[in-house]
Amino acid sequence: MAEAVVLLDVSLSPFGSRVRIALAEKGIKYEYKEEDLKDKGTLLLQMNPVHKKIPVLIHNGKPICESLIIVQYIDEVWKDKSPLLPSDPYQRAQALFWADFVDKKIFDSGKKIWMNKGEEQEPGKKELMESLKLLEGELGEKPYFGGENFGFVDVALLPLYSWFYAYETYGNFSIEAEFAKLVAWAKRCMERESVLNSLPDKDGVCKYCLNGRKSAGIE
Amino acid sequence: MANEEVKLFRTWSSPFGLRIVWALKLKGIEYETVLEDLSNKSHLLLQYNPIHKKIPVLLHNGKPIVESLVILEYIDNTWEQIPILPQDPYERARARFLAKFGDEKLLSSIWSVFVKQGKEQEEAIGSAWENLKILEEELKGKKFFGGDTIGFVDIALGWTVNLIGILEEIIELKIVDEEKFPLLCAWMQDFADVSIIKDNWPPHDKMIAKFLAIREPYLAGSK
Repeated sequence: MAEAVVLLDVSLSPFGSRVRIALAEKGIKYEYKEEDLKDKGTLLLQMNPVHKKIPVLIHNGKPICESLIIVQYIDEVWKDKSPLLPSDPYQRAQALFWADFVDKKIFDSGKKIWMNKGEEQEPGKKELMESLKLLEGELGEKPYFGGENFGFVDVALLPLYSWFYAYETYGNFSIEAEFAKLVAWAKRCMERESVLNSLPDKDGVCKYCLNGRKSAGIE
Repeated sequence: MANEEVKLFRTWSSPFGLRIVWALKLKGIEYETVLEDLSNKSHLLLQYNPIHKKIPVLLHNGKPIVESLVILEYIDNTWEQIPILPQDPYERARARFLAKFGDEKLLSSIWSVFVKQGKEQEEAIGSAWENLKILEEELKGKKFFGGDTIGFVDIALGWTVNLIGILEEIIELKIVDEEKFPLLCAWMQDFADVSIIKDNWPPHDKMIAKFLAIREPYLAGSK
């Protein structure tokens, strides 16, 4: 039975990237539609009237919104291949907690760095470094956040890793120097086929942030 | 399952803590309450939630689970009687979406109405109404968001039933009026009538006093 799966997305989006990785992990064929966020298409506005944001997964005509909710949906529907969430309730709760932590702590702190300059970047840098320290602690000696297997938290964090280069460039600091374990983790994840074509292009992200800085008059 | 230690760390007023009370009572789970004073957090709270240092925290057989919506999913996965989340994956995704919408967009718009004044308050009311309309739409053909009985979304949005009324009383302004939101008003009444909900509201006068105090600095700022 051919199931229609459509993804409304933007290639640089770390949130859309999560969904692309999940779909690839499960081997799901889908139609990709690149959105122009300055001129949002009718389909996007119809499918996500509440937030008008990407990513939106449309499965058999029905929309699912919010990236982590979409990934959880994909995991529940295509449950026979590459499970992303653990089946044990406690482990599952831990994964949901850490993915929520990533959602709350990384992107916004990063934005405080690349949308500011000089001293004003300090609060964002401090927050980001503290959050990464906690994440590295959680990773510990495991190959993935999911343990032996690539999982939900790995999917949640990895696309944001592609944005670190922009944070480092405009924040004039090094994340990689402080977090060797995270670097090793990211390298390990990037060897996966599902991840190869699903991550935001880090040079593209840099250009995007530069444009943002120019518009804000700080570059 | 006997001999399971279930403890809930919460405050007397937090709607996020109340959600967990409702879920536990709905499923008939025995538990012990630990009331926290957020101005003087217990060492146990800090030990069980070192990252966010917040309530609620559910402790099950010595293991902590934090973040109220995560706790609700944990409870549903662990005690399978009287499911809170729907069975169908699409409905589950919709339920999670609405809960998140309630906690983020809706809550912040209601809060803006409470703390702002004048023109800013008028604009905030407009935003709040737009957000409430989404809930009104969702209730079409249903008594509860969960259908005939309360479920995940009812529990997640339950804060609206108690808190909005308190805020409306303080600012002397009706946000959820019956003409605009007939289904939502009916839901609020039906939800409040459910026995496990009715028996667990925080004391009305204490809530008024609390939120009057919270509003003070915002009023002072505008003078």
